Amino acid sequence: MSQFASFPVLLPLFSGILLLLLPQRSVALQRAVSLLLTVILLGMSVSAFQLVLNGDYHVILLGDWSAPFGIVMVLDSLSALMLVVTATLAVAALWYAIASNTDQQGKYFHVLFQLQLFGLNGAFMTGDLFNLFVFFEVLLLASYGLLLHGGGRLRTRAGLHYVVLNLIGSTLFLFAVGTLYGMLGTLNIADMAIAVQAVDAEDRGIVSAAALMLLLVFGIKAAIFPVYLWLPGAYTYTTAPVAALFAIMTKVGLYAMIRVHGTLFSEDAGMLAFIHHDWLLALGLLTLLLGAFGVLAARIFRQQVAYLVLASVATLMVAIGLTNETALSAGLYYLIHSTLIGAALFLLADVIRLARGHHADTFTKATPLAQPVLVGSVFMLLAVAVAGMPPLSGFFGKLMLLHAALAHHWYTAIATIILTSGLIMIVALVRTGSLFFYSVQSQPDKPAPALNKPAFAAIIGLLLVSPAMVLLAQPLTTLTTTIATQTGNHQAYINAVMRQPEKAAVMP
Amino acid sequence: MEWLIAAMIAVMTSSGVFLVLRARTFPVVLGLTLLAYAVNVFLFAMGRLQIGTPPVIDKSALAYTDPLPQALVLTAIVIAFGMTAFLIVLALKSRSELGNDHVDGVHKSVDEREASRQQADMGEHP
Repeated sequence: MSQFASFPVLLPLFSGILLLLLPQRSVALQRAVSLLLTVILLGMSVSAFQLVLNGDYHVILLGDWSAPFGIVMVLDSLSALMLVVTATLAVAALWYAIASNTDQQGKYFHVLFQLQLFGLNGAFMTGDLFNLFVFFEVLLLASYGLLLHGGGRLRTRAGLHYVVLNLIGSTLFLFAVGTLYGMLGTLNIADMAIAVQAVDAEDRGIVSAAALMLLLVFGIKAAIFPVYLWLPGAYTYTTAPVAALFAIMTKVGLYAMIRVHGTLFSEDAGMLAFIHHDWLLALGLLTLLLGAFGVLAARIFRQQVAYLVLASVATLMVAIGLTNETALSAGLYYLIHSTLIGAALFLLADVIRLARGHHADTFTKATPLAQPVLVGSVFMLLAVAVAGMPPLSGFFGKLMLLHAALAHHWYTAIATIILTSGLIMIVALVRTGSLFFYSVQSQPDKPAPALNKPAFAAIIGLLLVSPAMVLLAQPLTTLTTTIATQTGNHQAYINAVMRQPEKAAVMP
Repeated sequence: MEWLIAAMIAVMTSSGVFLVLRARTFPVVLGLTLLAYAVNVFLFAMGRLQIGTPPVIDKSALAYTDPLPQALVLTAIVIAFGMTAFLIVLALKSRSELGNDHVDGVHKSVDEREASRQQADMGEHP
């Protein structure tokens, strides 16, 4: 039964290889197989989630080597939640890619798409720091291909920056992993957490330096303050479905912070406990402010959405930095919301870009859209959701986050920055909306192209998640609280992976 | 021997960082390659430096060296190799699409405009 837990990782790899072997010329076959397998992956992720809802850990020992020696995959409720969010996003992005014909702009779109999912799901399930590196590389290599899909001057330039920055990140990752291995003698996350508790006083400096280097690496993936500059370029100039799928990429960095730093430097780590939290909180607040300014300063709508995603990542970083389970629970609620709404905005930006002819999505007067009421309403609802206004889910996420921050001694700064950045985003989005839907040329040069209805359905689907999250707020919050509690219970994680008897937990 | 390895890693890393900060894509690729070499040697040294000891079980052996860093380095080398190959292709693609090998891809037409303006300037003020 435990083996079933590994299927969400293995299925996308199998799908990728299968799609590579199928004839590339039969477009319909490629699309049908890719979409079918992604829907199956969604079903599998949901059933994996049900499997761990009761607080179980499913530990898969590859080759049945016992824990610190072999490779382990761990499925717990946090990783299962990430699997479900990823698969949901993947279905919507793939549907849009097929409906808008984006997948035919270059070769091997579906293969790369599935391999990207393989890397993402692997990163969410690995219990080993070196395998986290390997899965990061798998998802990055697939993302390089997807980012450059379709080609073009600006896309190539943004892609070059993205690739070089991530390669530097990979090198730093290896330096940090090597140092930690040299100091702790193991790379299994659970085993490392035990070893950290026994670090000598003289080695503490090296271990914390390596830990902060690792934080920087995850920060590059998650796009935090000094190293976020790749994000606006890469997300702005890639194709819409890829940008939508990449909405989960930044969350991989955040997940890695929760998993690795949260487990290694928990309250049990003695002098090394919580070395990363103040950094996360301060850099998160700074990133949030800069992201909001970016939203205001953006010159095209896709860039504005990229900065909105950056701001949402920063909000999540604040949630992780707050070091309590209520904040983490609020953060997980906000994570589901921000990933899916951010993706919907990227897709909407593409629809608007295509409808405005040569004006594309620049903030200039252009011909009116073919269906301004429908597109405008969807824009307004998404803007309300992403800026965190009631009644949609962004508001509840931020409300819970601010509530969880009440006891923190930086509360004034946190509340001020979160609320101010929300206001800035509202101002910027109001300007965008009024320009796109009201301030249009009275005499159009030529009729606007008709709306691509099947593609637009993907946006509506993602948008519907937001009211659903409000209506189901009570059960969903209970769920995220359960997940946050399980994530906070590091001893149970360590025991599950190391197969220690339960009573060892209470021994001093 | 420790200082030799340490100095080697330091020199490779600093050269790598220097080259990565250059403005043209080819030195950046070389810099990343050097950084990858440095990190590989670094990982190798993380199992502590030992000479003449086997990593796998051997009846005549008195001591063993840590086999894990060797396995890690092997993986890291393969990944770095693939990434470098990809980066070189991407650098060539950007060279042909952007018309020059600057990392920020200063556009060809801008360069040409710049060049023609300089020529015009020189024409006015001989």
